Amino acid sequence: MIGTELKTLLKKELVLEWRSKFALGGILLYVLSTIFVAYLSFVKVVDVKTWNALLWVIILFVSTNAVSKAFVQEDQSKLIYLYTLASPQGIILSKIIYHAILVWIVSMLSVGVYITLIGNVVQNMGLFLTAVSLGSIGLSSVLTLVSAIAAQSNNNVTLMSILSFPILLPLLITLIKLSGGAIDGLAWSVTSKYVIVLALLNVIVITLSYILFPYLWRD
Amino acid sequence: MRQIRAHWWKILGIAFVLYAIIGGLLMDAPRLAILNETIRNLYYHVTMWFAMMILMTASVVYSVRYLMTFNQDFDQKARIAAGIGIVFGLAGILTGSVWARFTWGVYWVNDPKLNGAAITLLIYLAYVILRNSLDEEQKRARLAAVYNIFAYVLLMVFLMILPRMTDSLHPGNGGNPAFSSYDLDHTMRLVFYPAIIGWTLIGVWMGQIRLRLENIEKQLQDDE
Repeated sequence: MIGTELKTLLKKELVLEWRSKFALGGILLYVLSTIFVAYLSFVKVVDVKTWNALLWVIILFVSTNAVSKAFVQEDQSKLIYLYTLASPQGIILSKIIYHAILVWIVSMLSVGVYITLIGNVVQNMGLFLTAVSLGSIGLSSVLTLVSAIAAQSNNNVTLMSILSFPILLPLLITLIKLSGGAIDGLAWSVTSKYVIVLALLNVIVITLSYILFPYLWRD
Repeated sequence: MRQIRAHWWKILGIAFVLYAIIGGLLMDAPRLAILNETIRNLYYHVTMWFAMMILMTASVVYSVRYLMTFNQDFDQKARIAAGIGIVFGLAGILTGSVWARFTWGVYWVNDPKLNGAAITLLIYLAYVILRNSLDEEQKRARLAAVYNIFAYVLLMVFLMILPRMTDSLHPGNGGNPAFSSYDLDHTMRLVFYPAIIGWTLIGVWMGQIRLRLENIEKQLQDDE
């Protein structure tokens, strides 16, 4: 039951995104210009720690920007119509899955452009991309719930950042540790505890969103 | 008699805090290098964090109860508890900063406990901003309660993860002995535990006064 509902809702998200291609283009351009600013300011980052931190700060801002419109793009009347058709659980799960895909694509693109322009210091690329993928899921699920809260206020842009940044920190610190290990070329066995922590964090965040979202949409 | 039965906990709070101030400054404390007499700040600095975390937990409990009943009173209590918690948090940062200046030489260091404290304050200040940017009462209560629960769980995870990832200068972390090992004859505990209870009770009392004040103001407005 929830399977078909999810599929329909996901399809709706994809169609909506495709209809407003300029928004997607905007996010991609945001990635390029942000990284270009970093590139021109740093030219070449020699310090590995700075390389790592800079990349994650860029990914954080890019994904905040990408997810912030999760609940804004649909106007109030359309949302009410949507709520009569689908269950809140279906809506939040489809939004999380959709934004996880979006953030994953955008983060991968950021990594690609970043490495091309600023240089590659990563020794264990597989582990590094695992960190980016786990990070995309975590970032997008926290940001999706926060954007559901922020969208209902009249102070959306600021609220999105101040509400999400402090609660994203456990995720970001674990991510920076894990990707730092990947940059140093550590083996999977040494860093597996960080992978487990990240996976657990994702499970916690998605479960919380699943439980709490029904209270957000009831107007 | 009825008065005492209703207000005994306030008397207890005053007594414990007075005891923590007088006993904390006058009673015997372990004499240690570097710390010297500043070890007495344990009664005023660490207890702030205990009081803050108890109040924040109370705030989350009220938020959960709000979402279960949609009774506006619970939302008011959740907001007041978080507000008083912020006051204790700021006091904790101030007392800790002064202590850090004396023992570590600087007002602020990059330490997981300090960062955890700063992030707790950031989260609850964001909670206040969120509340103030929503006009409609029901909606504000709902969104604030959801954020409160969401942030509290992630904060707890953060406070558990962070110390395991980085070293700390604090006692009991990063190879430093915990305070219990300094306090060989348990004299400090005699003041420390009552001080926690005392400050928490004072916090609850502050919240209760705030609650009553708000209710009176509301009643006055309704009468007009």
